Amino acid sequence: MVAFTLPKNSKIRTGKTWPKPEGATNVRKFQIYRWSPDDGENPRVDTYFVDMDKCGPMVLDALIKIKNEIDPTLTFRRSCREGICGSCAMNIDGQNTLACIYGMDEIKGDVKIYPLPHMPVVKDLIPDLTHFYAQHASIMPWLETKTNAPQKEWRQSIEDRKKLDGLYECVMCASCSASCPSYWWNGDRYLGPAALLHAYRWLIDSRDEATGERLDDLEDPFKLYRCHTIMNCAQTCPKGLNPAKAIAEVKKMMVQRTI
Amino acid sequence: MADVNRGNRPLSPHLQVYRLPLNANLSILHRITGVAMAFAGVLIVWYFLALATGPEYFETASAVLTSWFGDIVLFLSMCALWFHFMNGIRHLIWDTGSHFGQKTVNRSAIIGLVAAAVMVVVTVIIG
Repeated sequence: MVAFTLPKNSKIRTGKTWPKPEGATNVRKFQIYRWSPDDGENPRVDTYFVDMDKCGPMVLDALIKIKNEIDPTLTFRRSCREGICGSCAMNIDGQNTLACIYGMDEIKGDVKIYPLPHMPVVKDLIPDLTHFYAQHASIMPWLETKTNAPQKEWRQSIEDRKKLDGLYECVMCASCSASCPSYWWNGDRYLGPAALLHAYRWLIDSRDEATGERLDDLEDPFKLYRCHTIMNCAQTCPKGLNPAKAIAEVKKMMVQRTI
Repeated sequence: MADVNRGNRPLSPHLQVYRLPLNANLSILHRITGVAMAFAGVLIVWYFLALATGPEYFETASAVLTSWFGDIVLFLSMCALWFHFMNGIRHLIWDTGSHFGQKTVNRSAIIGLVAAAVMVVVTVIIG
């Protein structure tokens, strides 16, 4: 349901300001969302200062530096540090992206970091993505075939393979779904841009033989049609993909099969 | 994870922190102008209804709609109509699956806004 304000237990307090590094000349201010399940208090925004002369260029470099040198309790997910695992997705400077491939020179002023929007928070910058993953699983993200398996692999022409470009690159970081106002208000029933992009990835796969069943499953006022082409998804995708276009193509397939 | 308290997890901030891009703002404006025009439509129906009822009632309705307040409401309705019309064309194009590139979307947003502004001026001049 639409709720413009945050629930009572989610209202953000001003947090504490951590000391500036001594002797640093090139200091940058970081404002980071904090919440711990252990103290029973509301979320807060802490202020940190990082010596940029002794820090790598990406937002993730600064987060790791803060965790190592200032506040070891700061909690976030990260793994590959090169934009392929999708772990460090968060809201940076008002848009969702991967901290590891987002340069701090792209940000004007203070660096503001929040968890992915409109998600239950597990701790600090870690959202609970259980529902998001369940929605992905619901679109059958695998090759469905009915004919007998060939002796070797399922073959595909170069042209058919090209149709998967711009779709297979998705790393399921949830930046797009967490940027979508429709997903914020109706995320319980609307599948969201990430799951729908994956749905399209299998719908246009020349080897897949469950197109009809897949479309039947999406033919629903909420699952697919809560997309109103707001296009925050395409604007925010750290991999430069376009879920909005994929969703439009699914809507087109819905029309095409009835005419 | 058995001892983790899942009950009181806060909801992360959304509208409070998200920097909405141009197209997202136009999207919400499209919704707002659509709803507003539904009310404006009722106003127009009321005007015709008054016309059908008789000269005295029409006088009253006409006085309301041509007052300074009525002028403002009708002018804003006209702006809403042109914006909704131009943005609606963008939606029709998107329904064909094209013009989804990021730059294209921003360009068509500006073209739509300029076209709506031009039509508002034209309507004022002709009206």
